[in-house]
Amino acid sequence: MAVVAFVVFLLLYLTPGDPAAILAGDAATSQDIAKIREALGLNEPFHVRFGEWVWRLLHGDLGISIFTRLPVTALIGQRIGPTFSLTVCTLVFSVLVAVPLGVIAAARAGRWIDRAVMGFSVAGFSLPVFVLAYILIYLFSIELEWLPVQGYRPMSEGVWEWARHLVLPTLALGTVYIALIARMTRAAMLDVLAQDYVRTAQAKGLAPNAVLIGHALKNAAVPIVTVIGIGIGLLIGGAIVTETVFALPGVGRLTVDAILRRDYPVIQGVVLMFSAAYVLVNLAVDLSYMFFDPRVRY
Amino acid sequence: MKRHLRSFIAVALLAAAAGPWSAALAQKTLKFIPQADLRILDPITTTAYITRNHGYMVYDTLFAMDEKFVVQPQMVDKYEMSKDGLTYTFTLRPGLKFHDGAPVRSADCIASVERWAKRDALGQKLAEATESWKAVDDKTFTLKLKAPFPLTLEALAKPSSNVPFIMPERIAKTDAFKNIDDPTGSGPFKMVKSEWVPGNKVVYVKNTDYVPRKEAPSWASGGKVVKVDRVEWIYIPDSATAAAAMNAGEADIWEQMPPDLIPLLSRNKDVVVKNIDPLGSMGILRFNFLFPPFNNEKMRQALLYAVDQNDYVIGIAGDKKNGKPCYSYFTCGTPLSSEVGADPLKGKRNFEKAKQLVKESGYKGEKVVIIDATDQPIVHSQSLLTLENLKKIGVNAEIQAGDWGTLITRRAVKEPPEKGGWNIFHTWLVGPDMVNPAVDFPVRANGKGAWFGWPDDAKTEELREAWFHAKTPAESKAAADAVQKHAFEFVPFVPTGQFILPTAYRSNISGLIIAPINLLWNVEKR
Repeated sequence: MAVVAFVVFLLLYLTPGDPAAILAGDAATSQDIAKIREALGLNEPFHVRFGEWVWRLLHGDLGISIFTRLPVTALIGQRIGPTFSLTVCTLVFSVLVAVPLGVIAAARAGRWIDRAVMGFSVAGFSLPVFVLAYILIYLFSIELEWLPVQGYRPMSEGVWEWARHLVLPTLALGTVYIALIARMTRAAMLDVLAQDYVRTAQAKGLAPNAVLIGHALKNAAVPIVTVIGIGIGLLIGGAIVTETVFALPGVGRLTVDAILRRDYPVIQGVVLMFSAAYVLVNLAVDLSYMFFDPRVRY
Repeated sequence: MKRHLRSFIAVALLAAAAGPWSAALAQKTLKFIPQADLRILDPITTTAYITRNHGYMVYDTLFAMDEKFVVQPQMVDKYEMSKDGLTYTFTLRPGLKFHDGAPVRSADCIASVERWAKRDALGQKLAEATESWKAVDDKTFTLKLKAPFPLTLEALAKPSSNVPFIMPERIAKTDAFKNIDDPTGSGPFKMVKSEWVPGNKVVYVKNTDYVPRKEAPSWASGGKVVKVDRVEWIYIPDSATAAAAMNAGEADIWEQMPPDLIPLLSRNKDVVVKNIDPLGSMGILRFNFLFPPFNNEKMRQALLYAVDQNDYVIGIAGDKKNGKPCYSYFTCGTPLSSEVGADPLKGKRNFEKAKQLVKESGYKGEKVVIIDATDQPIVHSQSLLTLENLKKIGVNAEIQAGDWGTLITRRAVKEPPEKGGWNIFHTWLVGPDMVNPAVDFPVRANGKGAWFGWPDDAKTEELREAWFHAKTPAESKAAADAVQKHAFEFVPFVPTGQFILPTAYRSNISGLIIAPINLLWNVEKR
């Protein structure tokens, strides 16, 4: 995390762009910009600015947005709900759809259902999220008028409203993730299904489903869980596009907006948050190995 | 147990479904898609139009310009000027209150105008002429001038950035280069800061304490009667999604829509697409005067013969219906606009003449760098057209593309182009920002103090100064013509045309004010 913090700060320091110029607006003169830079403390040398930022960080203060004058923690707090909802819904939806698809494809390897799942998988990878999003908006919002085009409602405004606003973003973002997990599940299952102990279980007369779920899937779980964990990074990247198309006020959009306007404290805050989330997810994935494979010990 | 669970779920679902509906029935909410995301609350530290528009929601002004370009009192009830033109006495309307309940006092007005005058170009001219501001009592204050300043009221009624909005004294005392974060004003709407989600939503509610004037609204003057309970600015960054939201009735007004989506929305009988901005915006091709080749007048003049405003208007606005050529340094359709001296920019393009001027300038084939912002279609389309024009007249030009944030940072760089500087950039200004020599800042040529490009020309400044001293409309027009005639010789920038980005609104919306700024009082939602 410390390395991430340093690298992010350094990159922002080296990146062209001046928040003072953006803040001043189109009509400002160079002199106006110089005075704003001074007022914002942007003329301080790198080590002073980095030192101040680290000191505040150690006190749990991520700073204040240069533009909105709101604390970065408050900005992230406003945005975490939509991103968390979208990520969790997509994750749950994708796993619930993709794992059974992958298992079925492996169990029926070479048959039409296997080819259909793999075909869907290729299509899911190939179709950009924003294209799928526009198609979904056109079908379900404009033509059928079933679901809203854009926006987010927190759960406090009603579970139904919350869910309605997340259906299309979840479908758009989940497709590529389903494609990834389904493909990996199939590959892992095929590998396991070729093992001796599976043949032994079948020879003992266990029901096909019991062999498939109880023996094969459990043993294939480690690579599948690993891909799900890695995919969360993919999900965060995809969430930025999804949030933009569906106008969801999430952390992804906050990040893009902050980068475009060079709002350094916000960029540093969200990147730190994302890296912390990524570390935690990987930790959770590593710990889950012990559950799926008792041979794993830390 | 199961029965209890079922009952609980049923009640929860009913409550979830009923909650939003009951809230919606209770109040009338106008959903507005703004042109940009509101991220700065201070209309004095920034000239960003979105912040100016926010200013009109929450603040009021002492005076305001009407649609006939006549200054009208707004917060001021009555005012008088002494016979020698050196003292103005202003009296505020009764009943003016800030959103925190405090009355608007003379001290608030003086502090607000003084802060504004530190940042705004016209405000600075007023400040130069000012001897003192003095509060006579809580409702009356005076402005004493060192010398007559005929534009005093025009300055206080300035319609576009920076607008002299009135804030409480405690806020207006903030350093003019530091952002304020308290949106307390005395305007017709109150900002609900707790519901502000930068990058997504700004919420305003009707200021029930606001006392509107009796006159009909005309631009930002007249009665600001609010006819909805709540306004939500919903920022939708993706144009296709914004269009879909308008089609689906999820938004009521879309402030500025890209021209390519007009056919899509025009097919919907519940959506009206209309130009409600009478002045539109003006495209600008700006030179860097510090380095060759555009430190040479002939090189700048060459562009006047090469630029075809018709092409730029189509490039920016997609269709001639959304724009027109404007061969003036002052916004076409306003009193000071004219075509004096504009012959090089008009008519059939004369590339031979342009090439001849390039040759006469002694151009040595230096690389010309156009800095471009590909995330701003208005800038990008102009950049591409200028590149083609430069190539046609034998100039070795290239585009260096980035985003808007990079462009406005780089244009402040005074190094040579090969060391991170630049030769040309494009932008645009709204009509009210180019109506006269006082506000038309790109026309200035005061060297280091000038806008990016830093032209230095004593004659331009002299002619501009003469305009400030014009005493009658006829004198003002003649002085502005002189500024323009010289501008077409000195060429501080090339005007690239006048365009309008239309507004879309649902057919149940009425009362939109025809003005160069999107104003939301008087708007009714049936």
